[in-house]
Amino acid sequence: MELALTWLLIIAFIIIMYILLDGFTLGVGLLFPLIKEDSERDIMVTTVLPVWDGNETWLVFAGAALYGAFPLAFSTLFPIWYIPLMLLIFGLLLRGIAFEFRLKAHETRRLWDWCLFGGSLMAVIAQGLVIGSFVSGFQFNPATGEAIRKQWFSGFGLFCALALIIAYGLLGSARLIKKTSGSLQTKFYKISAKLQWLLMLAVIIVGVYSPQSSRLQMRYWFDLQHSAFILVFLIIMAFLFAIHALAIKNRFENLPFASLIIIFILAYLALVTSNLPYLVPNQITFMQAKADDGALLFMLVGAAILIPVLLFYTAYAYKIFGGKTNEKISY
Amino acid sequence: MFTALELSRIQFAFTVSFHIIFPAFSIGLAMFLTVMEGLWLYTKNPLYYQAIRFWTKVFALTFGMGVVSGIVMEFQLGTNWAGFTKQIGSVLGPLFVYEVLSAFFIEAGFIGIMLFGWNKVGPKLHYLATILVTIGTTISAYWIMSANSWMQHPVGYQIIDGKFITTDWLAVVFNPYTLPRFIHMMLAAYLATSFVIISVSAYYLLNNQFVDFAKKCLSSAIIVVMIIIPIQIYIGDESGIKVHEAQPIKTAAIEGIWDTQKGAPLLIVAWPSNAEQRNLFEVGIPYGAALINTHKLDGELQGLKSVPQEDQPEAWIVFYAFRIMVGIGLLMFTYAIVAIWLLLRGKLFQSRLMLQASKYMAPTGFIAIITGWFTAEVGRQPWAVYGLIRVNDAVSNVSMHDVLVSLALIIIVYGIIFGVFYFHFLNKTIKKGPADFDSVEPFYFLRGAQPQEGDK
Repeated sequence: MELALTWLLIIAFIIIMYILLDGFTLGVGLLFPLIKEDSERDIMVTTVLPVWDGNETWLVFAGAALYGAFPLAFSTLFPIWYIPLMLLIFGLLLRGIAFEFRLKAHETRRLWDWCLFGGSLMAVIAQGLVIGSFVSGFQFNPATGEAIRKQWFSGFGLFCALALIIAYGLLGSARLIKKTSGSLQTKFYKISAKLQWLLMLAVIIVGVYSPQSSRLQMRYWFDLQHSAFILVFLIIMAFLFAIHALAIKNRFENLPFASLIIIFILAYLALVTSNLPYLVPNQITFMQAKADDGALLFMLVGAAILIPVLLFYTAYAYKIFGGKTNEKISY
Repeated sequence: MFTALELSRIQFAFTVSFHIIFPAFSIGLAMFLTVMEGLWLYTKNPLYYQAIRFWTKVFALTFGMGVVSGIVMEFQLGTNWAGFTKQIGSVLGPLFVYEVLSAFFIEAGFIGIMLFGWNKVGPKLHYLATILVTIGTTISAYWIMSANSWMQHPVGYQIIDGKFITTDWLAVVFNPYTLPRFIHMMLAAYLATSFVIISVSAYYLLNNQFVDFAKKCLSSAIIVVMIIIPIQIYIGDESGIKVHEAQPIKTAAIEGIWDTQKGAPLLIVAWPSNAEQRNLFEVGIPYGAALINTHKLDGELQGLKSVPQEDQPEAWIVFYAFRIMVGIGLLMFTYAIVAIWLLLRGKLFQSRLMLQASKYMAPTGFIAIITGWFTAEVGRQPWAVYGLIRVNDAVSNVSMHDVLVSLALIIIVYGIIFGVFYFHFLNKTIKKGPADFDSVEPFYFLRGAQPQEGDK
């Protein structure tokens, strides 16, 4: 029990790291069409170039950890999500390639700019569809126990995708406020000022919409025991949005990003806790999906030693490339 | 019409063949850059610095391709091969977790410093970053080889309720099959990379461009090849004996032997036909195969017919893939002897014929890697895990159409991106050459000097 729970928490941590780190990277890509000037786009890309690979590695880690710790969940979920996961991979593929090729290109520069935007957009839509279907849950064929296919696509999933586009865009914008200065920074303040209202609206709609699309969530959200907890949650969220709005209005550089991180973490916790203890919604709990204790322990030894170390040197690499970005970098 | 299984197999073969080029090239280039940067820090010879900055460009492009095509590999295991991951997730999953923890994050953490840190950190820290990236690529290769070796030769497990449970992690991680295969793979990566460096240098010499730089790169790479290729031939032979011990049917396919026999001949050309259970024709050297695989003239080799036809691999693919790999190995060996002879006599840089030949050696190492991989993987069929899980049982319950869509997309995107643009930018980088680093001094910030144009 403890080992499986530990791995569940580790994976939850890995996923939120991915969402936050690659979230702002994807956000930078999503904001590309709003910034027309080539030199300004160069600066946007420069802010993420030294770190995008590390940010994406959290996704690879999430996949590997789910595979190792909960193989049954991995092998049940991934085929159901075949199409959105392929979309996600292609999006990341296009984005990664655009990062590399953009530095080298002259005539084909515009093409890579579009790939950067399009790839990011594809990846975010795919993630939205995955989250949407995870919240709604799946139907299984009672006779064979196999999942009924094509459940990855729904109106709710599309709405989650839209909400995620806004959320990552805002996170990217907040990151760019931190990393830029002058007129470019002013542009991101303006973008953030608009996006924050859209995000607030999207969070409210998802909050109202999601209990209706999932019986489990319905039970959870409207259970009296939880209602006090939910009220506190909503108050904190409203408070954080207020801080964010004030930070943008008064042009604080660091506060928008910091407050968004907390908003993301809270929204994420709300999402994952309402599906517990299921890893495959309504079907397979994390205890049913877990690998044998020997494997879990073997991985835990490595994780316990190496995760702190890698967090340390990742932070160090961020520090080296910290501060304002004023010019394009290349190798 | 194809089934989801067949399409998934094609998709896996296609993506792995594309993917393997990039990590192999990255592994070789990272090691090359580590050596060159060490030499530069030690000798302060600007030619080494030029070589580092130039090959770093190629490395960066290649590494990026490896990262993105690698994600496809990982996700594919879950999307297309769920039957496989469900059964042996507890064995292979942890190996991938360790790969990410001990290799990918190191690479990702320090590649930024390696590529963009020239004027952000000091020379020692920069060199440390280069070394760590090289170590990362090496460790990553080890984990992948150990996972694959377990599929070839499963050890240290028990089957409980249809699931594989590892009883001995040391046996899984240090599978006796892994070490020779890992060394074989690393040397193959170094050789393939060396031949790209040789080819590019020869191209410059033929065009009379960057002559000093090209001579330095060419002679360094040829010395590396001369040292590695005999070791590689020895390690390849060791791996062959291990294969014969653990997977005699793979050896039978490699040698095109249908009936179990002593003193089997080494077939130079043949056409093994699974349908007719014999070779349609064959030309061989007596006792050759027995000698190579058992190191004895009258050693016994098991024939393909000793197992039912449904348990036999597609023999002609294995047979020819192996011969291409070995043929390239012998070609490299011959090349190295001639090149060293010319180098020692001081005639290498003048011999246009040899430089022309050098130019065309670039793809050989990668062809050998891919065909070697084919030998190992197709030779294991029809098993996903040798003798235990069939490929048919490993496939996911996904629709043929889903796989068809993804396969079509993969072929189009890989073809355009890797096939056209990677080579386009590689070509452009090579055409431009190392010229722009002539006058640049790195780490200027340590000396209080001003940055120079082009070194940002």
